[in-house]
Amino acid sequence: MKASVGGYARARDLRHALELLSVAGEAGRVLAGGQSLVAALNMRLTAGDILVDISALGACRGVDDAGDSLRIGALTRHVEIAEDPLVRAHAPMLAEAVGLIAHAAIRNRGTIGGAIAHADPAAEFPACALALGAEFEVESLSGPRTIPAAAFFRDTFETALAPGEILTAVIVPKAAEAEAQVIEEVARRCGDYALAGLCLTRRAGRHRLALFSLGPRPMLAERAMAALDAGDMAGAAAALKAEIDPPSDTQASAAYRRHLAGVLLRRAAARIEGGAA
Amino acid sequence: MTDMFPQQIDVALSVNGEAVEARVPAGRHLIDFLRLDLGLTGAHAGCEHGVCGACTVRVDGRSVRGCLMLAAQAHGAEVWTVEGLSETGEIADLQEAFVARNALQCGFCTPGMLVAAQELVASAPAPTREQIRERLSGNYCRCTGYEAIIDAVEAVAQARAGGAAR
Ligand SMILES: Cc1cc2nc3c(=O)[nH]c(=O)nc-3n(C[C@H](O)[C@H](O)[C@H](O)COP(=O)(O)OP(=O)(O)OC[C@H]3O[C@@H](n4cnc5c(N)ncnc54)[C@H](O)[C@@H]3O)c2cc1C
Ligand code: FES
Ligand code: FES
Repeated sequence: MKASVGGYARARDLRHALELLSVAGEAGRVLAGGQSLVAALNMRLTAGDILVDISALGACRGVDDAGDSLRIGALTRHVEIAEDPLVRAHAPMLAEAVGLIAHAAIRNRGTIGGAIAHADPAAEFPACALALGAEFEVESLSGPRTIPAAAFFRDTFETALAPGEILTAVIVPKAAEAEAQVIEEVARRCGDYALAGLCLTRRAGRHRLALFSLGPRPMLAERAMAALDAGDMAGAAAALKAEIDPPSDTQASAAYRRHLAGVLLRRAAARIEGGAA
Repeated sequence: MTDMFPQQIDVALSVNGEAVEARVPAGRHLIDFLRLDLGLTGAHAGCEHGVCGACTVRVDGRSVRGCLMLAAQAHGAEVWTVEGLSETGEIADLQEAFVARNALQCGFCTPGMLVAAQELVASAPAPTREQIRERLSGNYCRCTGYEAIIDAVEAVAQARAGGAAR
């Protein structure tokens, strides 16, 4: 089908984008890479949107070294994250995640900010951000604020972003010496959204485990994390299966997703064992 | 407000090496702009939601979905389609290999396949069959069963690597 659009404006800079968004009001929609939004427009899942195109805001694109963390501009494209030497060195999970997202042509235009703001419960980057303890910088006409990943994802496609706010950057703490970070998922075909997936980190003996496609939003599996910290792998898998309530849909049943969660945890843990303690 | 958010957008871009200026409806996809407004009917519109790859064209050096980009967003961009890539000869060896190995039947998927395959072969000197499969997983072919396409891309990658080594 063809998109039905209420109007379009190309923002010159962030201030201009925020002003456009405020004038557009309720119908205003930020357009970044368009890899989810244009698909939704084409399918008429949404119509009449007034598009504020931020894709040319160069200041929001690219990765900077901010000392203890990396500052990743919201408009940095998936492919650029996979190729970036700072990301590969200090947040390797993000680079690995890119290989699991969609297909090359979609990774060439989709942006990390778009993936975070879209908040698809099956998407990789939101779960990575949660596992890595990332924070999001957002900007509105009343000024900037910072939202931790743990407070950002509210429900399926729902976030803490207020109307008129634009996500400008993702702040990711750098991996510690000998920190291990892995992402594992199962999808039916290469490039499909995951049926189930998880992100696991281990920093100085402490684990963080974030799940995707296993609930309405990315979530930390706190009981499984505690069991992993205690070195109890069997306990961790059991705790994980007990603490999730995955959905059943045409792709997979809840029981199958719960089974996959246990399998993926074992795979991820085995990879981490391979690294330094 | 309609002044700030027009329904018709002026764009200036380069298509297959030639400067193009046009006024496009705000919701026009790049693929429809290329096909219907410029008459470049090589790349196709299939699913129109990013899944089939028939609309794949090159924008600013990278493959993109023509159905997931608005023509308005192509302002200032450099766009290449299968027509332009054929004319410059850049993909001549891929095209020959596709014909030689029966890697196309109806040809609906082929322009998108060629753009995707060229991006892979130009960036990875000796892709494995696995890598070729992974890269082309975003391009559906309802006719060939894929094996011949993988063969063609692999043969070209090997020939180019051999040529470069000599
Ligand atoms: C066939 C297909 C398969 C895919 N598979 C996967 C997959 O396996 N995993 C995955 O994670 N993704 C997948 N995607 C989605 C892809 O990763 C998108 O790029 C991503 O979800 C959205 O990024 P975008 O820049 O394209 O955002 P857009 O499509 O431009 O925007 C998406 C939403 O976020 C809002 N938004 C965008 N940027 C901002 C911002 N800076 N501030 C505030 N709001 C903003 C928009 O208003 C819109 O509501 C797939 C897409 C397709 C078409
Ligand atoms: S028409 Fe664009 S991917 Fe199918
Ligand atoms: S040759 Fe017919 S779809 Fe590929």
